[in-house]
Order: sequence, then structure tokens, then C-alpha cells
Amino acid sequence: MGYKWDFYMIFAGYEWWWLKGLGITVAYASATVGGGLLIGVVCGMGLLANRWWLSGPIHVYVETFRCTPVLVQIVWFYFALPILLNAVVPGGGLELPAWLAAGIGLTLYMGCFATEIFRGGIISIDKGQWQAARAIGMTYAEMMWHIVLPQAVRRMVPPFVNQSVIQFKNTALLYVVAVPDLMYTGYLVVADTYRPLEVYSAVAIAYFVILYPLTQWGKRLEARSDR
Amino acid sequence: MTVDNPRTPGAGAAAGTDHPMLAVRDLCKSYGDVEAVRGVSFDVRAGEVVVIIGPSGCGKSTTLRCLNLLEEPNRGTLRLDDRELDFSNRRTLPAGRDLARFRARFGMVFQQFDLFAHKTAIENVMIGQVVVKKIRPERAQAAARDLLRRVGLEGMDDRRPRELSGGQQQRVAIARALAMSPEVLLFDEVTSALDPELVGEVLEVMQDLAREGATMVVVTHEMSFARDVADRVLFMDQGQLVEEGTAAEVMVNPRNPRTRTFLARYHRGAQEDPGQGGA
Ligand SMILES: Nc1ncnc2c1ncn2[C@@H]1O[C@H](COP(=O)(O)OP(=O)(O)OP(=O)(O)O)[C@@H](O)[C@H]1O
Ligand SMILES: [Mg+2]
Repeated sequence: MGYKWDFYMIFAGYEWWWLKGLGITVAYASATVGGGLLIGVVCGMGLLANRWWLSGPIHVYVETFRCTPVLVQIVWFYFALPILLNAVVPGGGLELPAWLAAGIGLTLYMGCFATEIFRGGIISIDKGQWQAARAIGMTYAEMMWHIVLPQAVRRMVPPFVNQSVIQFKNTALLYVVAVPDLMYTGYLVVADTYRPLEVYSAVAIAYFVILYPLTQWGKRLEARSDR
Repeated sequence: MTVDNPRTPGAGAAAGTDHPMLAVRDLCKSYGDVEAVRGVSFDVRAGEVVVIIGPSGCGKSTTLRCLNLLEEPNRGTLRLDDRELDFSNRRTLPAGRDLARFRARFGMVFQQFDLFAHKTAIENVMIGQVVVKKIRPERAQAAARDLLRRVGLEGMDDRRPRELSGGQQQRVAIARALAMSPEVLLFDEVTSALDPELVGEVLEVMQDLAREGATMVVVTHEMSFARDVADRVLFMDQGQLVEEGTAAEVMVNPRNPRTRTFLARYHRGAQEDPGQGGA
């Protein structure tokens, strides 16, 4: 092979860049997964309450985010939302930092899938369990907490892990709005070193090393919840 | 063995009089266009065993589920001991926690057992005491262990539902209902999902409860149970109470033609003949 690989060149002097990029990717992934989970629980509960004025808006939210590309969402929140906010808020005093706008987009994207996962887990629990809980005098909250959720959570974990893996990969899209995550760092290092083969290979390997164990863990959980 | 039930029989306004423990008047329940229950009225006295029989889809389950408000009736009244509910007047009805606690005055056992799948046998019997009645876990556990022994499941405390046979699961379900010290026990075809050889062990437990003075409303296709244990038999058809009387009256000499048609099927097919054995 005529190409001479040189990984030293892309790391030496750039250690700090890489570390920061990795940190930002992990932070975005964790924060948006965590935020999405929270949205999922709240919106999932809202859907289960069977009140049209609750479930109507939640459905609109879920379908909007499910049926538009996440790249479009990130770009919209980064470029379009600030303009909209300035137009709506008189005086235009409301500044939305770039990193936050992009993060909100990713969080809402995760949230719409988490909502479906949460609702799906709950309604997968046999109706007999619900009526038995009510028959011994439990309130709705007691039934949810002691009977339905403990069983449902076990079923929610595998799809949630899968969605989190997807979410982790989606953070790479942040590079289009110049958030210095792992992917964008790679872009910067390439501009500096002209070594795209090493850089983008290293970036891919970094994602793989983090996510492969996560997917394997997800598979194990899935096998366990079948039992 | 005693029924550790403070209200039946003995205490409470219903005891020692003809004043029924449970009084149902003109109960109606529809699902959309389907009128499942159409004006059912009956009484249950303390310590009495009332068996409801009738063809599939005639509204037996719906009637039971209306009693403990798993379904909200559209019309009619229900009085349990001191508490009267008028379903035409929603403002008199309990809601939220109040409704949940009213429901706990009934114990219900279901066809499919419906044990809490993530809990062991003893946890199934404890959870209502701990969560609903706020009994200390140690005390609840002792009571649960006693109840499991009472239904013949000593030493099975730590089994999961899937590690128990259908008959054993159903007996745990009965113990779970008893743990709440209910005033009235409701049984909805509790032996219908069981293999034939397991039916007896569950019926035996129910028979013991009846003997100990528990107040019971039992929906069943087990004609021998109706014949041997029921104080009164109600025959339902198409959402209405068609006939009511002692087991002998309803099952041996039914006056209503619909009852006769229904029972004829059992006379023909069954190994045992309720028409002769029950008299
Ligand atoms: N949740 C429901 N929604 C709609 N219709 C229902 C519902 N539950 C019961 N029904 C209808 O109400 C009628 C009475 O049903 P119910 O279950 O009370 O009959 P049943 O006497 O218990 O029958 P079975 O012996 O088969 O258990 C039936 O026509 C049934 O289809
Ligand atoms: Mg039924």
C-alpha cells in the first residue's frame, strides 16, 4: 500500500482538542438522553391519562419530531428559532445560545421516541394486572408505582438503550452548527493536518469503542426480558 | 380456621337482622349500544353464599364488576352495609382514593388468577395490606403466611406465579383477596381456566370459606358447587335476573323456560346430574 499512515501526527499537540471533543459528545449524548427520558415519562403519562386536551398536543409533538429529519430539526433550532423568538418577544432581548438551541432540538427528538417507549411499555402490561391492583383497593398512583411500572420498566429498558445508541450517534450532526463535538473536532484537525484518513478513521473508531459495548449490553437486556 | 373479618358476620349494621349486607337495585350497565346488565336487583345477607349462573355473555361478569365498581354502572343503587351509592347521581359516588378504598371492602378473584407477575406468592398476599391498609410489613408477612397455609400452600411463600400450577395460583389469588379482610367476596368463574384435575382444590377452599361464614357472590359453571354450597342461586339471561331461589328451587324445579333450557344442557352433557343429586 502506497499510503503511509501517521496517527502520531493527528494526536500530538491535539490531545486537548480530542479530549474536549469527546467530552462534549458524551455530555450532549447524556444530557439529551436524560432530558428525553424526562420528556418521555411526562408525555407518556399524559398520553395514558386519556384526556384529549393533553394527548392532542402530545401527539402533535411526537409526530412532528418523528416525521422530520433530525438534521433539519437541529438546523431549525439553531438558525430559525432565534429569529422566531426575536420576532415574538418584543424588543428582541431574548438570546438563545447556539449550544443550547442545538441541544434543545436533540432533546426533543429523543423525547418523542422516549414517549412512545414509555407508553408502549405501560400498555404492554396485561390488563389483568391493572384490575387485580384496583380490586385490592389501590389508587391509580399506587397501582402504577407498585404493580405496573416495575414490570413495564423492565420492558422499556432494551428499546431505550437502543434509542440512546442512536441518539449518541446523532450528536455527530451537531458539527453542522459548529458545536465542537468529536466530529467537529475531527473536521478542525483535518483542516490543520490534512490527514482526513487518519482523523475520520479515529473518529469512527472512537464512536465504535463507546457504542459497541452499549449495544451488546442492550442485547443482553433484551434476551433477559424475554424470559 | 376462622375468617378474620371484623364485619361478617357479627359486627356491623347488617348482622343478626334481616337487613341485607349488600343490596342492589335496578343495576344497569351498557357498553355503547350493548346493554350488558339491564335492571338487576338482589340482596346478599351476611354470611350468605349467592351463586349466579347463566349462559355466556348474559352479564354475570359485568354484574360482579359493577359491585366493586371496576365498572361504573349507568343507573341503579348499591348499598354495602352502611354505605349507599346512587349511580344516577354522580355526586354521591366516591372518587379517587375514596373509591379505591370502597372497592377494597370487596375481595375479588378472577378467572385468569392475575397474580402480580413480578412478586412472589407471599408478596402477592402482602402488598395490599402494606400499600392499601398501611400495615407494617412484618405483620403483613405473618398474616400472609397464615393465609397461604390456610389455602394449603405452606412452604410456597417464595415461588413466583409462573412457578405455580393454575390451581396453586388461584389459591394464592384467594389468599390475596382475603388479606384485605373484605366484607364480601366476589368470584368470577375462578375454576374455568383450570385443568379439570385442579378444579377440586380451589372449590374446596371456597367451600371452607363458605362454611366459616364468609359472604360470597360466586359466578360459576360448576353446577355441583351451586348445588352443594349456594344458599341462593340467581339465574341471569340477556342482562336480566330471570329466576331466583334456593339451589333446589332453581336447579331442580326451574319455573322459567329459559332456566330450563340452560340447565338441560348440563343435564345432558354432565357426568353428574344436578337435577337429582341436589335435592
Ligand atoms: N368492556 C366491554 N366492552 C364492550 N362490551 C362488553 C364489555 N364487557 C362485556 N361486554 C359485553 O357485555 C355483555 C355481557 O358480558 P359479560 O362478560 O358480563 O358476560 P358473562 O355472563 O360474564 O359471560 P361469560 O360467561 O362468557 O363470562 C356481552 O355481550 C359482552 O360482549
Ligand atoms: Mg364472565
